[in-house]
Amino acid sequence: MAVEVRIPTILRTYTGGEKAVSGQGTTLAELFDDVEGRHPGLRARIVDEKADSTALRRFVNVYVNDEDVRFSGGLSAPVADGDVVVVLPAVAGGSL
Amino acid sequence: MVAHARADHPDEACGVIAGPEGSDTPLRLVPMINADRSPTFFRFDPSEQLEISKQMWAADEEIVVVYHSHTATEAYPSRTDVSYAAEPQAHYVLVSTAESGREPGPVSVRSFRILEGEVTEEEIEVLPAPDAQGETE
Repeated sequence: MAVEVRIPTILRTYTGGEKAVSGQGTTLAELFDDVEGRHPGLRARIVDEKADSTALRRFVNVYVNDEDVRFSGGLSAPVADGDVVVVLPAVAGGSL
Repeated sequence: MVAHARADHPDEACGVIAGPEGSDTPLRLVPMINADRSPTFFRFDPSEQLEISKQMWAADEEIVVVYHSHTATEAYPSRTDVSYAAEPQAHYVLVSTAESGREPGPVSVRSFRILEGEVTEEEIEVLPAPDAQGETE
């Protein structure tokens, strides 16, 4: 068992075109560290590496089992075998 | 898209048209909530976006069109639009309701590709409705 991470189209260049990859960890931070080992460059597109360790990049939404992790601990959100993590680019804009 | 843009005027309206993965064929219109409810900004509601994304995942669909309206300016991607554009496979369609607002009347509808900050306009070709019916809610 492992955690499934669903990758948005724009980040599939880091996964060889794979729509989903699997990883291990007890928190989202550990999971992204583990996935980074096989898909270098992916973590930096999701995690704001310049900020503190709980920061996700502003333009990215991450969900663990349908829960938006911005409201459940960010990168310290717990994950477990069988969980599904969805990464989506924020869709936004404006006329200014 | 035009009806949605008129209905939400003067706030910006937004949504997607989904289609089979890799087909580049927009079949299913999904109007989305503008979580910002603003005349100058739009943002997909993150829970609604997750819901739509899971439906598309289960149906082997992807976003073919991302649309939104400008309600006081032209139908051309703003700097904010370009900075957020993160769907490389998508056509970004802009609808301007600046001229007629909520009323029937002239609207401008234009389509663009936005790749790595580069905006390229493309022609919109109106085709007969495909057999598969899109949502029209």
